[in-house]
Amino acid sequence: MKKFERLQGLVAPLDRANVDTDLIIPKQFLKSIKRTGFGPNLFDELRYLDEGYPGQDASSRPLNPDFVLNQSRYRDAQVLLARRNFGCGSSREHAPWALDDFGFRVVIAPSFADIFYNNSFKNGILLITLDEETVDRLFLETEATEGYRLDIDLERQTVTTPDGEAIPFEVDAFRKHCLIEGLDDIGLTLEQSGAIHDFERGHRAARPWLFREA
Amino acid sequence: MASQTLYDKLWAQHLVTQRDDGSALIYIDRHLLHEVTSPQAFEGLRLAGRKPWRRDANLATPDHNVPTTLKERSAGNAGILDDVSRIQVETLDANCESFDIEEFRINDERQGIVHVVGPEQGATLPGMTVVCGDSHTATHGAFAALSHGIGTSEVEHVLATQCLIAQKMKNMQVRVEGKLGLGVTAKDIVLAIIGRIGTAGGTGYAIEFAGSAIRELSMEGRMTICNMAIEAGARVGLVAVDDHTIDYLKGRPYAPSAEQWPAAVEAWRDLVSDDGAHFDKIVELDAAEIEPQVTWGTSPEMVVNVSAEVPDPAGAADETVTQGMTRALEYMGLSAGQKITDIQLDKVFIGSCTNSRIEDLREAAKVAKGRKVADNIQLAMVVPGSGLVKRLAEAEGLDKIFVEAGFEWREPGCSMCLAMNADKLGAGERCASTSNRNFEGRQGYGGRTHLVSPAMAAAAAIEGHFVDVREYDYDRGNAREMSA
Repeated sequence: MKKFERLQGLVAPLDRANVDTDLIIPKQFLKSIKRTGFGPNLFDELRYLDEGYPGQDASSRPLNPDFVLNQSRYRDAQVLLARRNFGCGSSREHAPWALDDFGFRVVIAPSFADIFYNNSFKNGILLITLDEETVDRLFLETEATEGYRLDIDLERQTVTTPDGEAIPFEVDAFRKHCLIEGLDDIGLTLEQSGAIHDFERGHRAARPWLFREA
Repeated sequence: MASQTLYDKLWAQHLVTQRDDGSALIYIDRHLLHEVTSPQAFEGLRLAGRKPWRRDANLATPDHNVPTTLKERSAGNAGILDDVSRIQVETLDANCESFDIEEFRINDERQGIVHVVGPEQGATLPGMTVVCGDSHTATHGAFAALSHGIGTSEVEHVLATQCLIAQKMKNMQVRVEGKLGLGVTAKDIVLAIIGRIGTAGGTGYAIEFAGSAIRELSMEGRMTICNMAIEAGARVGLVAVDDHTIDYLKGRPYAPSAEQWPAAVEAWRDLVSDDGAHFDKIVELDAAEIEPQVTWGTSPEMVVNVSAEVPDPAGAADETVTQGMTRALEYMGLSAGQKITDIQLDKVFIGSCTNSRIEDLREAAKVAKGRKVADNIQLAMVVPGSGLVKRLAEAEGLDKIFVEAGFEWREPGCSMCLAMNADKLGAGERCASTSNRNFEGRQGYGGRTHLVSPAMAAAAAIEGHFVDVREYDYDRGNAREMSA
């Protein structure tokens, strides 16, 4: 997994609550059997004025000029500022893959949906939960200031504004550790193979009907 | 031992290791797979030279991309006209073959929507942990199985290790007491719950659905409710074990053998929340007050009684909500104050992992019987949840009732719930749908979705607009007693 330690990133504001993963990446792009190449279709229905389909050359499609990521000042954004319940709905990991492929490394919002939260951390994307008031303020500052950047330090767990104000955030210790070290979950879990085998033996003895094969 | 909730018990029974930082390793008993969220996971295994930890825990079936017309289906995978969809289904077949995983292929009679297939086969059992790369895995919680959706990285993790890295959720109980009105169904209960607690109301929680109205429901009804727990933000929905659960499972192909059955049943009887168990949050609803529900917006929480009007964004709690409601009205082509029963429809979809089981089809057929689909409805389709549901429905003559009324009777799959196959709405088309999500574009680019129960969808197809099924003249009977 990609490591995340610290990032000074350009911020793009997406002023909309309950952004679902269908909106982040529509279903027709889920037919891919790869993990990459979803960037051009991130927020497809908001970004383009026509209907997208897989395998198309996105560069020739008509852009929606009103959509925030189509504005030149946000084109190289790495930090997405969003509203409550970001990432709700479908469990598609294509959503964080698309965010990552576009170039986002951090999403800041007042709350996130559970499955999306897990999926993002597995892909080296840091999700930061801040209270509504702080998020409101960041929206105002981002929109008011062209080139607005935030300095995100995972080790210190702070988001620092251009004024030098350090806003603290919470992240659970295990996820933080994996992100900073860029650890592979499966490798880590397999180090506990012995414990898994022991558990499995006891589980099978207690509830043999859960196992179809001897 | 202190009183435990059902969720606490299931968690404790699957805990392999617990770390000091709160994360844990839990053991997974059943892993369901489909074609959309598994290819990258198999590829990951292959690249790392890993193998599935336990072959018999996995069960796969293609569902999202499969066509639902008989003409296409009769050609098997070759009948999938969209190349990209076909490759995805073929990739599942190839992966299951090379990793030796049991799969119900496209024209196997046991094929269907993965969340219909698992319970139907008895592959979902009380006391199991069940995961699948699909958020509607919450469905299986109806069997007191700890079940939730996972991402593709986690699919790979479960294949490789039989475990998941997880954190314990909080406990919520949603208690629905009293008797449902005639014509009011499980779908209306869960939509009313989502309307009450909101689409993020269950985030971080495992919700146990309890109370006399839930106990009264068939397993099909309970699956409908748990299925949509995720639409309230909760990954896990649960219902405690009772006679309905045990009766449903007896004799199913993957259920415990006759020899193991008594011990299994004895263990399952304990899969209930203890008296006095602590819930972090309790929500109560009076079943008698629940009306048939209809969503008007682009989030399942945007839902009202069928007797109501489209709400006014001006009355919303805060600016963000007002904005969301205004945008939803614009997308849906509706205005505040419009009566729900005045909304005219273009298409009707009866199906999905929420409402494609035999009881759902029976309910819809009762309404459709002897009637005709309205002229303004361009397409009314019924898509059974599995080949076995289809066969049973046909044995009962339901297909004939639908076809005579002007509905199309299709082959099993996810179909127009998410429109990954050819079944989709066109821009601006309005649909009464028994599915679970009314997000923008969900059923097709620019399509407009109203979520309702099967009876409400069938009545809307007949009348061409929404009607209150409670005032509709049809033989309601008692679907619960007829439950398969």
